[in-house]
This record gives sequence, C-alpha cells and structure tokens, in this order.
Amino acid sequence: MGAVLGVLFDGLAYGMLLFLLSVGLSVTLGMMNFVNLAHTAFAMLGGYVAVTLMNRYSWPFLATLPVAFLAAAAVSVVFERGLYRRLYRASELDQCLLTIGIVFMAVAAAAYVFGTVQQYVELPPYLSGTVPLLGKEFGVYRLFVIAISLAITLVLVAGLEYTRFGAQVRAAVDNQRMARGLGIDVDRVFAGTFALGSGLAGLGGALAISTFGLDHAFALSYLVYVLIVVAVGGLGSIGGSLLAAILLGISDQAGKYYVPEVGAFLIYLVMVTLLMWRPAGLFGRR
Amino acid sequence: MSLPAVADPHQHLAARTRWRAAEIVFWLATLLPFWLAPSYLQLASQIAITAMFALSLDLILGYAGIVSLGHAAFFGFGSYTAGLIAKWGWGEPLTGLLIAGAAAGLLGYLTSFIIARFRHLALIMITLGLGLLLAEAANSATWLTGGADGLQGVRMWSLLGYFAFDLWGYVAYAYALTALFLAFLVMRRLIASPFGLALRGIRENAVRMPAIGAPSQSHIRKAYTIAAVMAGIAGALLAQTTETVSLETLSFQRSADVLVILILGGAGRLYGGIVGAIVYMIARDQFSGINPQYWYFWIGLLLVAVVIFLPNGILGGLARLSASRASAS
Repeated sequence: MGAVLGVLFDGLAYGMLLFLLSVGLSVTLGMMNFVNLAHTAFAMLGGYVAVTLMNRYSWPFLATLPVAFLAAAAVSVVFERGLYRRLYRASELDQCLLTIGIVFMAVAAAAYVFGTVQQYVELPPYLSGTVPLLGKEFGVYRLFVIAISLAITLVLVAGLEYTRFGAQVRAAVDNQRMARGLGIDVDRVFAGTFALGSGLAGLGGALAISTFGLDHAFALSYLVYVLIVVAVGGLGSIGGSLLAAILLGISDQAGKYYVPEVGAFLIYLVMVTLLMWRPAGLFGRR
Repeated sequence: MSLPAVADPHQHLAARTRWRAAEIVFWLATLLPFWLAPSYLQLASQIAITAMFALSLDLILGYAGIVSLGHAAFFGFGSYTAGLIAKWGWGEPLTGLLIAGAAAGLLGYLTSFIIARFRHLALIMITLGLGLLLAEAANSATWLTGGADGLQGVRMWSLLGYFAFDLWGYVAYAYALTALFLAFLVMRRLIASPFGLALRGIRENAVRMPAIGAPSQSHIRKAYTIAAVMAGIAGALLAQTTETVSLETLSFQRSADVLVILILGGAGRLYGGIVGAIVYMIARDQFSGINPQYWYFWIGLLLVAVVIFLPNGILGGLARLSASRASAS
C-alpha cells in the first residue's frame, strides 16, 4: 500500500513537471497550428540560466526561477518574430524541420558552452529532505514542485477564463478567422501566448534540473515526452495537457518501479493505443 | 464547342520515363570511386545504403505525403533480420537480403493498416511511437539482439559463392550500388505508373481521390509496404557489409537523419534522396573529422536554411535556377 502511494506521489510530481514543460506548446499548437519542436530548447535555456546564476553567481534558488521564466520568454519572442512568422502558412513538415533544426543547434551550442556533463544544483536546505505526512515520508522538493505547478495551473485556468486576454486566446484557439473578423489582433495574442508558454517551459526546465537532470541533450530527450503530452491531451486544451501529463508521469514511474526491464516501452504503448482510439487526443476537438 | 485534345495519360507517363543523358552520366559516375577513391569505398557503400533508405522514404513522404518520424523501424528490422539469419548459420547474402526485405515488408504491411487511418499530428506521433516501441523492444530483448552491445558474430559467406567481402569495400560497394540501382529502377517504374500518379493525388488531396475512383487507403497501404521492403533491404545491406548490427539502426536519430537527407536533396523527386545522401554523408565525413560534437550545429543550420531559402531541396533549387535561366535567355 505504501509503495503504491509512493509511486502515485512521485508520478504526480513528475507529471506536474511535464505539464509545465508542455502546456505552452499545447496552447500555441492549438492556436496557430504551428508545430514548434524547439519548445524544449526554451526549457533547456531556462534550466541553464538557473544553473549558471546559482553556481557561478551564487544566487538563491528561488530567485533564479523568475529569471529562467523571463529569459526563455524573451528569447522565444525573438525567434517567433524573426523566424516562425514566415512559416505560419507552411506545411507541418516544413515547420517540423525548421524547429528541429533549431533544436539541433541548441543542443550543439549547449555542448559548446557548458560541455556534455550533467549539471547539478544545490537545493536550499528548506527544500531538501523529507517530511512525515500520514505516516509516510514525502520529499519536500516534490511537494514544492506539485504546489507550484498547481498554483500555476490555477492562475492559468482563471486567467483564461476571467481576463480579457484569456478570452481573446480562447477565441483565437476556437476559430482563428472569426477572431480576426471580430477585430482581435490574433498575431499579437499569439506572440503573447507564445512568450508565456515558452516562459513556463523555461520555468519547468529550471525546476526539473534536480529531478530530470540537465545536460546538452535535454531538448531532444524530453521532446518525445512533451509531444506525447500534447498529442494525448489534445491540442489547445489545458485540462487535457494536465491530465495527460499526470497519466504519463504516473505510468512512467509505475513502469520503472514494477517492470523496470521493459523501460519506456509501456509509455509508448499507452500513447499509441490512446491515439488510435482518439486521434485528436483525450480533449481534442479536431 | 470542341474540347481541347486530351493527351493520352499513357503517352504522358511514357514521356516521363525516357532516360535523359544526365541520368546516364550520373549512374556511370557512381562507378568512379572504384578507380578514383579506393580508400573511400567504405564511405561510398554507406552512401549507397543511405540513398536507398532515403529513396524508400521518398515514396511515402515525397509522393504519398505521409510524414513518418519512425521510418528507421523498417531499416532496423531488416538489419536485425539479416544479421540474425547470418548469425544462426545461413550467411548467404542474396537470400538473406530477400528474407530481410520480406520480413520488413510484412511489418510494414501490418502497420500500414494503422498508418492509413490517420493524418497530420496524430500520424506523426503514431509513426514516432511505433518506431520508439520497436527500438525499446530491441533494447530489452538482450538475449536476441545483444542489447546495447549490438549483434555480434555475424559472418557472411562470399557473394554468389565467389566474391568475398574484402577489407577495402570493393565487393561491399559493388553489392550496395547494384542493389541501389535495382531499387531505383523499381522506383522509377512505380513513379511513372498510374499508381504513382494516384499517390501524388493522395498527397494533394486525400479526401478527393476516392471520389475519382482511386481508393486512398489501399494505395497508402501498398506504398507503405513497398517502402518498408526497400528500407528493410537497405538495413540488411548495412548489416551484411559491416557484419554487425547496433541499436542505432532503430533509433529516432536515424529516422530524423533520413528525413533531413531527403529534404536536403528534395522530397518528391526521384533523385532527391540520392543527392541528399551524397551531400550529407560526405559533409558528415568531413565535418565530424574536425569536430564530431558540433556536427549537429551545422546540420541544424542547414535545415533552417533549406526550409527558409530552398523549400524544395537542392534539386528544387537547381530546377528553379535552370528555369529562370531558360526564361531569361
């Protein structure tokens, strides 16, 4: 019983990190149909920003998180304005190729600047260790990750539901042409959403260092996981992404705990089966 | 009112199958490495194998418009089949090649029922997922595949009982080049057949094709199976000429590489995969000698540049150049 609870808890923490990493991609894909495989490269950027600030300039861990968010958001806007705009009407294949090219460049650049070693961060004492809860020990850092991700999810959902910007985003995802017809500047809304999504990925990258690790190949190795979350959850659906990420996190941890010999086989099987059952994802509309 | 004379489709197709001088020169030039660069024959046979793999992807991606991120599944499956047959005591290359091709074709036929039902992002993710599934399975089945150490103990007999595979790669290149040429002939014939035209129609509009009497799904299944056979044979060639099989033959990296190669050369063009393979493999050989770690930076830059400046690959760019020159003169 205790083992089951432990796997569920670890899976939940893992899934919440995956959610942070992928929610931005889901929304931008749903809105603009732009397949941005470089999304995880922005996450990697956030991770490296946090590592550099902590290890070289000895910033406190919590202070690096907003900087990771802002750095990823700022860089992503530059890419969006400079490169991506040209390809909004191009085929999915062209978009895939352009952005995977950016991923390759990011991976090589990271290897050049930071080397190919795993990066480590020293968590502050108040975030390490465990706390007893209901007669079991829980990792403090995982609780912190779950709490911060839940808070962000609430803010996102509330923001989408109750703010003017959120209404514009929802309108643009639902029907881009109609939204344009109503006078919404879809390009600007999209740029804002894109920056927000990439920023969240950057934050996720920084939070993920002590769980997923961070090396130069991060952008490629976690790309598959992010794509699974997006495809299974359904494009443009925040709730779908959340559910898919938690499902993926728990099945990954359960697979590693109970049947370690099959490796990631289980996850891919779950994804293929789910997609064959619902090609548009759990909450997809198209 | 009289309708304009409609060209007989068979005449149109026949005109497209005529051999041009440049093509004959190109294929004769593929023989040059035997005399000009004997020390690069190993690389040359790798290029021929990669070109065949890219050719098989061209059939489904370039012509039928099926974007696959898991094409290495068939390459690796053919590779392991050929390697295992040789390891278990039947080292005859030609039958091994055919069995590997048939095995990959069977896998392709079975998965084609899934592939033909989906399009867009779901299709990309399903091909990716199936490829990863197979790679993970091969990784776990250490007793069969040797796992991360690769398949050891592959011993090939002499080709046709006479030509032993030599250290320099004379036989390997001749073997791979012959296989590539035969595959190319098959491909050339397919593309210029009504079936090839129907595939292009599916790429342009998969919903409308059934309405004019071309069943999209069964055409996609056929094309996917043929491409799987070809990819399996390419993988078998690699296993037989290098006498080893590694997990890398099934990896996502290999699927991505072949996609890059095809796009670089020009998808939907008969020579796209071949030209892409030549440029890519030679560039990799040169660059990775200098700095293997940063090779992917240049590949990435190349991809971005091709998408932005050369939307139809090298061959598309050349065609545009010659077209503009012809109109200027």
